[in-house]
Amino acid sequence: MTAPIQHSTLQPTERAYPIGAPVLELDSISLRFGGVHALTNISFNVLEHEIRAIIGPNGAGKSSMLNVINGIYVPQEGTIKFRGNVLNGMTPTKAAAMGISRTFQNIALFKGMTVLDNIMAGRTLHSHATFLEVAFQAPRARREETESREIAEEIIEFLEIEHIRKTPVARLPYGLQKRVELGRALAARPSVLLLDEPMAGMNIEEKQDMCRSILDVNDHYGTTVVLIEHDMGVVMDISDRVVVLDYGKKIVDGTPDEVRSNQNVIDAYLGVAH
Amino acid sequence: MFYRETGQFRTSYAQDSQILPLRQDRIGMAFLLLAAIMIPFVANAYWLSAIMIPWLILSLVALGQNILMGYAGQLSLGSAGFMAVGAFSCYNFILRIDGIPFIVAVILSGVCAALVGIVFGLPSLRIRGLYLAVATLASQFFIVWSLDKFGWFKNYDPSGVITAQKIVIMGYTLDTPAQKYWVVLGIVAVLALLAKNMARGSVGRGWMAVRDMDVAAEVTGLSLLRTKLQAFAISSFYCGVGGALFAFAYLQTVEPSAFTIDLSFRILFMVIIGGLGTIIGSFLGAGFILLVPIFMNIFFHGLFGHAVDASIISASEQVLFGVMIISFMIFEPLGLARLWQLTKERLRLWPFKH
Amino acid sequence: MTGFLFFIEVLVGGLLSGVMYALVALGFVLIYKASSVFNFAQGAMVLFAVLSFVGIMELGLPFWAALLAAIGLMVLVGMATERFVLRPLVSQNEDTLLMATIGLTFVIEGVAQLAWGVDVRNLDLGIRDEPIGWVMDKTGMLISQLDIMAGIVAGAMVTALALLFSRTKIGRGLRAVADDHTAALSIGIPLKHIWMLVWATAGVVALVAGMLWGARSGVQFALVWVALKALPVLIIGGFTSIPGVIIAGLLVGASEKTIEVYFGPYFGGGVEVWFPYVLAVFFLLIRPEGLFGEKIIRRV
Repeated sequence: MTAPIQHSTLQPTERAYPIGAPVLELDSISLRFGGVHALTNISFNVLEHEIRAIIGPNGAGKSSMLNVINGIYVPQEGTIKFRGNVLNGMTPTKAAAMGISRTFQNIALFKGMTVLDNIMAGRTLHSHATFLEVAFQAPRARREETESREIAEEIIEFLEIEHIRKTPVARLPYGLQKRVELGRALAARPSVLLLDEPMAGMNIEEKQDMCRSILDVNDHYGTTVVLIEHDMGVVMDISDRVVVLDYGKKIVDGTPDEVRSNQNVIDAYLGVAH
Repeated sequence: MFYRETGQFRTSYAQDSQILPLRQDRIGMAFLLLAAIMIPFVANAYWLSAIMIPWLILSLVALGQNILMGYAGQLSLGSAGFMAVGAFSCYNFILRIDGIPFIVAVILSGVCAALVGIVFGLPSLRIRGLYLAVATLASQFFIVWSLDKFGWFKNYDPSGVITAQKIVIMGYTLDTPAQKYWVVLGIVAVLALLAKNMARGSVGRGWMAVRDMDVAAEVTGLSLLRTKLQAFAISSFYCGVGGALFAFAYLQTVEPSAFTIDLSFRILFMVIIGGLGTIIGSFLGAGFILLVPIFMNIFFHGLFGHAVDASIISASEQVLFGVMIISFMIFEPLGLARLWQLTKERLRLWPFKH
Repeated sequence: MTGFLFFIEVLVGGLLSGVMYALVALGFVLIYKASSVFNFAQGAMVLFAVLSFVGIMELGLPFWAALLAAIGLMVLVGMATERFVLRPLVSQNEDTLLMATIGLTFVIEGVAQLAWGVDVRNLDLGIRDEPIGWVMDKTGMLISQLDIMAGIVAGAMVTALALLFSRTKIGRGLRAVADDHTAALSIGIPLKHIWMLVWATAGVVALVAGMLWGARSGVQFALVWVALKALPVLIIGGFTSIPGVIIAGLLVGASEKTIEVYFGPYFGGGVEVWFPYVLAVFFLLIRPEGLFGEKIIRRV
């Protein structure tokens, strides 16, 4: 039997990076696709160094929420603040520049590249050498390349995937691909990490491995984590605070214990008629 | 037996990411280069002018096409158009700027092609696949038409044909096949090395990221706009330099219609058959497409004892290339380069496979 | 003749060459709708179909027998393509499929020439490519009988196809397949039959397009390059819309001819060679899904 993974029980003083001020503040976000209301009037915040979960049944608008945060979708109403500054005209590239990394629900790795190249590709923002410098192997290009390689290797070691370093990702099993994708997101040394269903489709053992990795990342680098899950079980154990969405609306926001005992959540998951 | 990596340790990441980490490969490459330099001493003029020179030039163009299509995943059917830009720019630079060094003219021709490439690459920001292929067809037809219709590009030559000036480097006129071959070899070798450096570094990872999953590439902070246009520019640069060499070291007299869509398709085949997203594949593919017609001619000649109608040979070629493309797509999308790599991997373990 | 009548004459000529582009594009749309394959080889199929038809006629078969034989041959080509190219590549990405059909293009073109030779052949459909007498007498406009005939044939064919798809069981099956392959399979629609049928239909459409074209400018290899203009037509019209490609075909034909006639002379002609492609690029920048295509929504 594996030891239960508990994080929320830790006292603030025991954490290497204590929870701090709000990093992200979402205020009255509404997103529509044509006539479909994907998100309606949603507000919540994410604090520095915390693990924040967004849960909800299928179609609750979780992925849309994440896509709004990193600029893939632009909401019709509402504002997002990042470290106190209101974000306008967000794009995924701008989000990345601000230190927001993410993974995708349906793995979005670079299929034709090796594990190492995928993770090194996560270093894009830290590679400043122009194509001419790279072509002529100028000192800056060499230095950045070696540095990227070192960081990638550190992540590879951290995720315990040394043996597949030079394997093309397309040949890896699902669980490992998910881990590589986490590695790519980490390579940018993000301050906020968005994880879209990191444990979907995994067996219980893989799920626990993934939980441990997420906790380690948070603990080791102090990375703020926002994760989406469909399945309440595992997430409740590792999150500091949880937002529950249903039909694009926020129904509860609180600690795992508060959420667990909330009648609306139970209804949403058991499917009470609306 | 001799292809062993035991005893060769890589103790730093820099060593591990060398182009040729294996000593045998480095020795092999040195031999290959040396042999390439020595070829004019053994090959006759026909071999040099009809096979070696066009092979190297087309490899360079295929490399350009491969950067765009194999690495960055942007399907283009317009490479011959960019070659034409290179060829005619080079002619005009040498014609209009007194005393411009040949190498400078060639590089500037590449830059001209790159600028044109950027313009025609703009639609790639919104489209891909067949849509982009059609946009590149627009460049192919438009470029050849403009070069044909605007006399200035051809210095108002009434025949509509330009005659490439002699290659002069540091005061020496290089006009024997061997001298031209060395010029081409030098330029191609340097550009291939630069391409390899880009492909295995951060630039190449950016291209491949855009190719494999553009949304995820954006999320890592990559600007799709910059990456795609950069791929278009660099690819067109290679095609442009290739075009300039094609005119100056191979064809001599050039008309815009030498750069038809037929040539573009041929270059496309080189890349697909040689291996998408590999440097060596560009060379293998170009050699293959260039040599097959020659072998086929010999083969038919041997089979029927007399020369066969050229149209039959070209039709059989089409069928062969088509079948090869379909089979490579089905069985081995990485083409000849992958077959080469597999052979090398076998050698590495041979004769003790397990 | 007044300038206006001359304009009409140019326009009609352009519209009718647009009909030809639309016919090639139509075969493409059929295949795309049923199997999501960008069939680059549609133009080569046009060449192959009409070369075979003329070749079979030269063997001494009467018109109708040759027509049936050519249709049969196109069905075979369609079946072989489905079996040997598309089936092994099922579930591959669009770019791979596109490159495979580019390979297919060259196989079909090569085989067509090996089988039937490379000479230009005349195709006599019994309709002369001559101006209609009374129109010329009344207005002085030169409007070809063949053009009018081509328009009528194309119209009839589009109507027949529309009826086939909207009124018959096969058509419903096809639309189901176009929506979702797996779902269609699961409710018992014979996917393979539908695909073969679609390829066969596309072959017949290619034959008709090739015959009309061949009757005007001879049956020859150059048809392939003309057929390439179906690509901009597709982009302007949208890959999934039959009315879209017809309107786009007319638009391309009419605009390229009027531009060529009125502006071409300033540049020494040849504008029509590139104009449709550049027009398509402009459309791509403004409306990437085409005139009537379905809006492309990027899902993450």
